[in-house]
Amino acid sequence: MSEPCLFVIGASHNQAPLEVRERLALASEDGLTADLAAVPGLREFAVLNTCNRIEFYGVGDDGEAETSLQAAYCARQRFGAAEFEQIRFRLTGRDAVLHLFEVASGLDSQLLGENEIFGQVKGAYAAAQSRGTTGAVLNRVFQKSFQAAKHVRTHTGISSGRVSVANVAVELACNIFGSLANARVLVLGTGEIGEGTARAFRSRGAADLAVAGRRIERAAEVASGLGADTMHFEERDSRLADYDIVVCSTAAPGAVLATRAIAAAMRRRPARPLLLIDLALPRDVESSAADLQNVFLYNLDDLARIAERNRSAREAEIGRCRAMLTQRADGLWKQVQPHLSAAAPRAGAPGRDPDAAGQAASP
Amino acid sequence: MLAYLSDRQWLWGAAGLYVAGVLLGTVSLLRGGRPPGTAIYVAILAGYVLQFIGLGLRGHSTGGCPLGNRFEIVQFTAWSAITLYLVVGVTFRSSVFGAFTSCLGAALTLLSLSIPSWDAIRRTHIFGGNPWIELHAALAMFSYGVFGLLALASGLFLLRHYSLKSKNLGGLFFFLPSIMDLDHIEVRLLGAGVAILTAALGFGWVYWSRDTATVGHLKLAATVAVWVAYGAAFGLRVDGRLLAKRFAWTCLALFAAALLSLEAVEGSRHPRASQSSERILK
Repeated sequence: MSEPCLFVIGASHNQAPLEVRERLALASEDGLTADLAAVPGLREFAVLNTCNRIEFYGVGDDGEAETSLQAAYCARQRFGAAEFEQIRFRLTGRDAVLHLFEVASGLDSQLLGENEIFGQVKGAYAAAQSRGTTGAVLNRVFQKSFQAAKHVRTHTGISSGRVSVANVAVELACNIFGSLANARVLVLGTGEIGEGTARAFRSRGAADLAVAGRRIERAAEVASGLGADTMHFEERDSRLADYDIVVCSTAAPGAVLATRAIAAAMRRRPARPLLLIDLALPRDVESSAADLQNVFLYNLDDLARIAERNRSAREAEIGRCRAMLTQRADGLWKQVQPHLSAAAPRAGAPGRDPDAAGQAASP
Repeated sequence: MLAYLSDRQWLWGAAGLYVAGVLLGTVSLLRGGRPPGTAIYVAILAGYVLQFIGLGLRGHSTGGCPLGNRFEIVQFTAWSAITLYLVVGVTFRSSVFGAFTSCLGAALTLLSLSIPSWDAIRRTHIFGGNPWIELHAALAMFSYGVFGLLALASGLFLLRHYSLKSKNLGGLFFFLPSIMDLDHIEVRLLGAGVAILTAALGFGWVYWSRDTATVGHLKLAATVAVWVAYGAAFGLRVDGRLLAKRFAWTCLALFAAALLSLEAVEGSRHPRASQSSERILK
């Protein structure tokens, strides 16, 4: 007779390419949750369903529970059981604990150290808890994973620096202006990269955006998508002083912002810095503008270099993070083991682990 | 308990805690993590309390605000800077600012403690029992503390400016406040410092105008020069003619000049000082 065990089964970007992950992702967890609650021997479970991973954390009386869970998922998702068997990973015991710690800390993320996964893990746990499918083991493991994630993010550089060009640009702006709530952003050009960067600014609180393009209709279209104003391209020099951040991504063959025009704008707003983000090739801003006082000019190479440096810095922290997480996972596993052998009601049964009630949001 | 330790021992304790704040920040930064803001704040606060006790004992024994020699002046300046940091530092929301404040506190306290000659002669009752003169001196030194914090903010501004111009945003630079936040902090500190120094000179002027012989020319010139220089810097900044890097460098240079001016103040004690008692400690 096999022992009760803690396990995780799933697939992520590490095993499955994008087109497979699209098929693995659950549109809704409700139906599956009901199916899993009926799996014999499955005491507890939680589902982590993101664009990059589908993972089932569970506590089963024996190996049969895992097999049944897998079958229920494949049936509900209409995903071939044999195919899933090939791509899925399976971890048990202390390795499952460590895996959750690494996931919550962003160590297992495609974008190393990203923060979004932390919220997603919390959301998955809160959902499982509200459905009553967690118990003494998963409550403890998830709550400790939040503490572990916070610890490594605070005490290592795993989440420091931005690793995409758009986010590096936003981070730069934050380094200059602090809050972006009062920063005015002008987007010159209607290219995809400029639009994506403007979107990143919007998501970080920039309230005042304007888009200028040679084709005013296209500029208006982009502006409408961003909730921004539209500006005539010819007005760029005369209205430059009104803006704190200028994102350039035109397809112009030469510079569209001359140093002289920037200097004139700065004379009208000497106390406020100006951040110029030149994402165009060939460049949109004359490079000599970087020498002006209170002007900060970054081109595509600069941003890419910073992103790469941040990525390398994060990678250099992996070993230290793993050591911290392993130590915590070992400690937790020792505490959790007695709970596994203890008798417990089935998943979905009411009144289990009353001590954990309401702790989802307080790791 | 207070009597078991001498004032200098309390001040050594304070210096140790400020150094602990520096170490906490440095170790975190070297490990690539964020400086532990709360722990640094607690270290500074504990150091501040010890320094307060040390200076309090000193003041009790000298019969007034402890500004009787260079050692006491530097200690009081550090204490003033820390006071301001503890009151407004939290609003800066920068653990790096705490680490640097700790550094300033540690540097000034250790410097004064490690030069015995600064504390060799200890004057008592230097204000001749006149509370207005004591208030003048205390406010003037407090303004120096504010200017010390201003110099610190200016240093951070220059570091942040350098990081942005050199396109190096990692390491220590990652934790620095934004350029605009530092600029706002600088302007507010400069305004506060000028206002406090103006009030200090106002109280001093009332006393001096009754008897101009009480203040030496060198001290008068140095004090007024510091006041005029800081006032001019504030005016130029508000007027938009002294900005960014130049403003930060000016604030740093002015603080260095202000510290040097203490030499003139110290070396030009007013004649009433002769009525005060001097005690050779070493």
